[in-house]
Amino acid sequence: MAKGDGGSTSRGKRATSPPKRSRTASTGDPEMIQLLTPDGERIDSATGPDGTEYRVDFTDQEYRDIYRDLVVVRKLDAEATALQRQGELGLWASLLGQEAAQVGSGRALRPQDMVFPTYREHGVLYCRGIDPIMPLGLFRGVDQGGWDPNEFKFNMYTIVIGAQTLHATGYAMGVAMDGKTGGDDGEAVIAYFGDGASSQGDVNESFVWSSVFNAPIVFFCQNNQYAISEPLERQTRIPLYQRASGFGFPGVRVDGNDVLATYATTRVALDNARHGQGPTFIEAYTYRMGAHTTSDDPTRYRIASEVEAWKAKDPIARVRAFLEKQQIADADFFAEVDEHARREAVHLRERVLAMPDPEPLTLFDNVYPNGSPLLDEQREQFSRYLASFEGSAH
Amino acid sequence: MAIETMTMGKALNAGLRRALENDPKVVIMGEDVGKLGGVFRITDGLQKDFGEDRVIDTPLAESGIIGTAVGLAIRGYRPVCEIQFDGFVYPAYDQIVSQVAKMHYRSKGRLRLPIVIRIPYGGGIGAVEHHSESPEAYFAHTAGLKVVTCATPSDAYHMIQQAIASDDPIIFFEPKRRYWEKGPVDVDASPADAYPLHASRVVRQGTDVTVLAYGPMVRTALDAAAAVEAEGRSLEVIDLRTLSPLDLGPVYESVRRTGRCVVVHEAPRNVGLGAEIAARVTEECFYSLEAPVLRVTGFDTPYPPARLEEDYLPDLDRVLDAVDRTFGW
Repeated sequence: MAKGDGGSTSRGKRATSPPKRSRTASTGDPEMIQLLTPDGERIDSATGPDGTEYRVDFTDQEYRDIYRDLVVVRKLDAEATALQRQGELGLWASLLGQEAAQVGSGRALRPQDMVFPTYREHGVLYCRGIDPIMPLGLFRGVDQGGWDPNEFKFNMYTIVIGAQTLHATGYAMGVAMDGKTGGDDGEAVIAYFGDGASSQGDVNESFVWSSVFNAPIVFFCQNNQYAISEPLERQTRIPLYQRASGFGFPGVRVDGNDVLATYATTRVALDNARHGQGPTFIEAYTYRMGAHTTSDDPTRYRIASEVEAWKAKDPIARVRAFLEKQQIADADFFAEVDEHARREAVHLRERVLAMPDPEPLTLFDNVYPNGSPLLDEQREQFSRYLASFEGSAH
Repeated sequence: MAIETMTMGKALNAGLRRALENDPKVVIMGEDVGKLGGVFRITDGLQKDFGEDRVIDTPLAESGIIGTAVGLAIRGYRPVCEIQFDGFVYPAYDQIVSQVAKMHYRSKGRLRLPIVIRIPYGGGIGAVEHHSESPEAYFAHTAGLKVVTCATPSDAYHMIQQAIASDDPIIFFEPKRRYWEKGPVDVDASPADAYPLHASRVVRQGTDVTVLAYGPMVRTALDAAAAVEAEGRSLEVIDLRTLSPLDLGPVYESVRRTGRCVVVHEAPRNVGLGAEIAARVTEECFYSLEAPVLRVTGFDTPYPPARLEEDYLPDLDRVLDAVDRTFGW
């Protein structure tokens, strides 16, 4: 299979250069790892600030598969946004623009690895084999997460910003205590968070903990440039990945819109973790093309030209351009993928509309593993209260 | 049955030791819990005997202690976290309230977080600020947490083991001023055979007034009962032991006999445990009450400088003053 002619480490400017003090957070960064340019040119390998070399050697089928993932994930996300607009979901946190960061890192996971997501990791969730309707149940308000975290090795969504990084760190400490690091079959943990979360105390504490306990963890930060309305420069004056060095572990910035680069960097970092080499910070430099959530209005805090500039770096268009140029896929393939994604979206919509509201008394379920007489009493009282309406027109 | 006399501090240490022996998944984590054995020496010698992986000296960050405990619990461990002092729990409050308390519920029961959070609490030791607080109401108000407190070495020994064995997340308040008081402990009894964790207990029978207390105030209430016995007044003292859920069945039974009820706690009065108890007792015992339920509590001030704490803290005289007032209606 033909490769692009980049083939150099020219993009791997060493991190010893002084940190930039750019006021425009949306500019790219020459230090970031990239294996596929926005124009669809392949770069054979890229070198990280610590000298690590990153590359991928996908088969044609693997290239086509990862393209399919990207398209399906985007389509399902668009369907969820539409469902919210039609009143079927209370809220939706779109991942539009971040597909490559999520699919690349999600596909880099091995089955034994454990994921601690935020509330926007629908693409990683999809890669984990979880029914994509699950997060819609949460945003529709019928439950607070319907999947089994242990079955899929993908924890509950976490809405409190950054809290999950500590859970991931504790879990990773447990992995090490269980003796499950040190070989190819070792386990690793990945914690997702964003640029806004990087300011949270919990995230910084998780860096301290994972560093001093040498926990097998990857901190995967999707720097999508905005924490709701606040731009990156309100969170940091240095590139986020450089923070890692202050905590004593490596950090690397990757083109978050490049699915091959996010895959490669995550794979290396996870493998380092599972082999007992401790944490890595990956800053996936990307852009939230949509609103923070469906309750947000991004036109109040960012300009259209910025969004347009990022459109040119679209994570899916570049894979398609590459597949076309290298003749890895033809028009029939792209049409079939689009049809596949459309069918998935229709299926999702049908099932969301059919989702029943939970029974009222289930609100008392699972407060405590061992139950509580106080709750038993309240459930009984509320049950009798509800029964008092039976037969009335209420 | 081997009865040993020991301090509450030693009883907690012995209970933790047994929990570590009985379940390899039990880990202790906190600041200075290792070589030092904790600032109150409650974990004295445990790291030496069980190793640094089971008795973990953590970085100095309380949210980190609880947040990593959540992850360890998801991994299958049973973390026992020590918060060094009551006033230092607040940085961990978010993790406790938003994560520890809710994850079982949010996961539809799939995840269990068998975490015990030990907090030395209350005043009376002449400490500097932030070292004498009684924050139990914050946690008792939070669904998904259970909250208990011990008043004797025997309860300390058994309740800490029961809390660790429970799959519920439990806030375990230890009355620090009672750490050095001694009492008999049946060290052979298993946690399952001991008095239940979530049950209040009548610790002195009486006929005239029901006095409710927990943690450090149980001793104060018992002293008050002994002091008025000679005057011919008979106080029934109940050690609440479990603050969430409250076990008020024995309280209702008692108040229906005595007709009078006084609640004692160190924590400030406003929206404290006493308010909830007074409301519930009023609902359940309305026709038996000869007087309103009265509260003897700390004041609604920040915890004062140590030279004022004897004025702030409920003592025997303030308890008896309230007892007397219940006869004024």
